[in-house]
Amino acid sequence: MNGALTLSQSDKRPIYLQIMEQIKQRIAVGDWAQGQPIPSIRQLAVDLEVSVITVKRAYYELEREGVIVTQHGKGSQVASTPGLGARLRDQELQQHLEQAARIAAQLGMLPEQLEDRLREVGDRLADKEKEKENELV
Amino acid sequence: MTDLAIELRGVSKRYRHFTLDNVHLKLPRGQIMGLIGANGAGKSTTIRILMGLVHQDSGEARVLGHSMPAEQVDAKWDIGFASEDMRLYDSMTLAWHINFIASIYPNWDASYAQLLLKRFGVPPDQKIKGLSHGQRVKAALLLVLARKPKLLVLDEPTTGLDPVARHEILRELTNVMADEDRSILFSSHNTQDVEQISDQITFIDRGRIIDSMDKEAYLDRWRRLRLEVPSGIELPPLPGIIGIQQRGRLAVATSNAFVPGLANAYENSGARVQRIENMTLEEIFVANVERSREEVEA
Repeated sequence: MNGALTLSQSDKRPIYLQIMEQIKQRIAVGDWAQGQPIPSIRQLAVDLEVSVITVKRAYYELEREGVIVTQHGKGSQVASTPGLGARLRDQELQQHLEQAARIAAQLGMLPEQLEDRLREVGDRLADKEKEKENELV
Repeated sequence: MTDLAIELRGVSKRYRHFTLDNVHLKLPRGQIMGLIGANGAGKSTTIRILMGLVHQDSGEARVLGHSMPAEQVDAKWDIGFASEDMRLYDSMTLAWHINFIASIYPNWDASYAQLLLKRFGVPPDQKIKGLSHGQRVKAALLLVLARKPKLLVLDEPTTGLDPVARHEILRELTNVMADEDRSILFSSHNTQDVEQISDQITFIDRGRIIDSMDKEAYLDRWRRLRLEVPSGIELPPLPGIIGIQQRGRLAVATSNAFVPGLANAYENSGARVQRIENMTLEEIFVANVERSREEVEA
């Protein structure tokens, strides 16, 4: 199950952030269920070939965010919060929206203009989906 | 038993053209420490003092609770040491070396040695002189790893290796850490290796320790701030900023003691913070050495 995590050397972010993000993705898509035990810090460090302290940092931050819980002597598991996967997906969306809003503000764009652009992007994606369906037919 | 694998206190060693100056160092058990420094910075001298191969002029060195160099005979049963200049017997095979080491060390793990032979892909029945550089390095590491020592001290274990061999070595080193009671100290000028597998980072330059601490805390202190500076605005000097490069309206500020307040302070001065970036250990290494040399010259 740890084979699910793969780190990228060309990803410029710190390794602990990559580990956090990948664990969240596993939970968001439902591969890691609520309450499911996850690898111990030392085990994941060995599997990913990174230092123990880096995995410790990732687990600590995930615990603070309420994504995992660690019981002393029992190891760590995915938190049993209902709707955790959906919440994580929503968080990801929120981050992208904030990023888009920030860049739009830097470009001096009005909120309505950003709204229009977002609608355009949505329409274009929907068209592409339709094309694909037609090709299959 | 002490919970420190390595402790150096005020260790100095004076040579004609080089001085190791008042070195303090602590490595807790169960952790990996990466020792980083340019060529001639003092990495090997530090390691040699730890191994009892060089006697310090002053200061205290303790390794696995043993005082060095006085108790080096006792200490060495539990330490595995490998360095580039440690020679194997050229006219003998790796299999011969394996039998030899296995007969000396009671902890020798024969099945782990077999596993490593396979993983490393070193031919056991070929004479050492017929092996490539990478194969020799791996052979020497196999001989210390299979002893399962409590402490591994490795001087430049990945230097001169191809990417596959480097990866194999790093994998074995992280495997060692599955055991909470074992520790590793390794030196390298490959900052990527150190960034990946170390719990503790120690920077050494010109015989002095510049920094020695928890890797995560250390990386977290350093940031690069990309700023847009409108004309007529001057960037204020701020604590924790060790350098600013400005070309036109864009500036890059480097911080070694980052707090979010720094970004606010720049914003308040009229500049705009475009981005705050983390830095790789390589970038930190270069910035740190340059700064420390400026301080020495100032």
